[in-house]
Amino acid sequence: MSMPAPITERGAFVPTPYRVIAARRELGDTVTLNIAPQAGALPAILPGQFNMLYVPGVGEAAISLSGATEAAFIHTIRDVGAISHALTRLPPGASLGLRGPFGTAWPVAETQGRDVLIVAGGLGLAPLRPAIRHLLAHRERYGKLSLLIGARTPPDILYPHEIAQWRANLDLYVAVTMDRADAMWHGHVGVVPLLLPRADFDPANTAALICGPEVMMRATAQALLGMAVPAERIHLSLERNMKCAIGLCGHCQFGAAFICKDGPVMRYDRIAPALAVREL
Amino acid sequence: METLERVIGTQRVFAELAPEHLAVLTGCARNHRFTAGQYLCREGLPANEFFIIRQGRAALEIAPPARHAVVLETLGPGDVAGASWLIPPYRWSADIRAVETTLALGIDAACLRSKCETDHDFGYAMMKCFLPMLVQSLNAARLQVLDVYAGPYY
Repeated sequence: MSMPAPITERGAFVPTPYRVIAARRELGDTVTLNIAPQAGALPAILPGQFNMLYVPGVGEAAISLSGATEAAFIHTIRDVGAISHALTRLPPGASLGLRGPFGTAWPVAETQGRDVLIVAGGLGLAPLRPAIRHLLAHRERYGKLSLLIGARTPPDILYPHEIAQWRANLDLYVAVTMDRADAMWHGHVGVVPLLLPRADFDPANTAALICGPEVMMRATAQALLGMAVPAERIHLSLERNMKCAIGLCGHCQFGAAFICKDGPVMRYDRIAPALAVREL
Repeated sequence: METLERVIGTQRVFAELAPEHLAVLTGCARNHRFTAGQYLCREGLPANEFFIIRQGRAALEIAPPARHAVVLETLGPGDVAGASWLIPPYRWSADIRAVETTLALGIDAACLRSKCETDHDFGYAMMKCFLPMLVQSLNAARLQVLDVYAGPYY
């Protein structure tokens, strides 16, 4: 995967016109959009980065990339506010603006040769999907791969068809758990850290990629530390209120860091003290 | 053929157990096979024996009146099924149902408690086996209560 081109002044400050080329409803309140530039080439991305998506007349929001094709960015968006509501209602052909891509990436190059453990909670699977696809596309470069997915209830599972395809992959361990379910659900029930002892990995030679609600990520990181996974190889994707996306406005300040430019993917050993600060 | 002592020694919960303590523990153990739908334990009944899942899956569940049972946790290989045997009144506080054919080690709770009382070194070793499991369950229950995916973003 090539390094992304530097963000130009125009790309950083002024939205570039894009067009929705496909829209797919994933869940009741969640939609995946494929969007392509109305002119010019698609910028390169790294797994874990995000774009600022702009709906004219409504506003702009930071949305993680959940994938990319040669011609389009893929974003999975939950309807949680005015901007995301407008985004999830965009039909194919609609115009929108885009700044990006921004932010740090999952360390897919640095983890070559290691076991890789991916832990996704809820919609946190979306920002991890480009990393999963990259790992599977370069399977021979990695040790054992494990994907642990947590969701609230069975109907809340994101990308069920792709998960089924991943499950069919014999050299990727996939486990899915629900926080709550009745006896009609025959899969696993329990919070996602409980899946860790079931995955086969060498803690001393493992990199963990975690994305989900922050409490879930903290609990998972703590459990991994207890299993002797080094803190510097535990990577979390954080979320804060991002506005400018280039480290100027301070809305996403996290201690001495800005999530938009120092994150969203950050090493646990560098952020663990800040994660414990309530006001951050 | 694998001996029962060797099988017990390979269980995650007993990974740090000294060989002499493993031999003592084995005296309280036997093998079980549960078919799908069969209960390993029922709420309110005496917790005379607890289980360590070797193969298969079991659901820890509570059944509210006139509603489907709520599954709180799925137990799989290496998991200890039940903790009610540890403290009075030694009665199960939930049901545990085999979801599929499940092989388990059963440990006679009265036998184990008696050996812990008789040999405090053994009792301390047992505490070190079971306490991490209990703390892990407590932490998991706290996280489950938080309902972290109920927020707007996840």
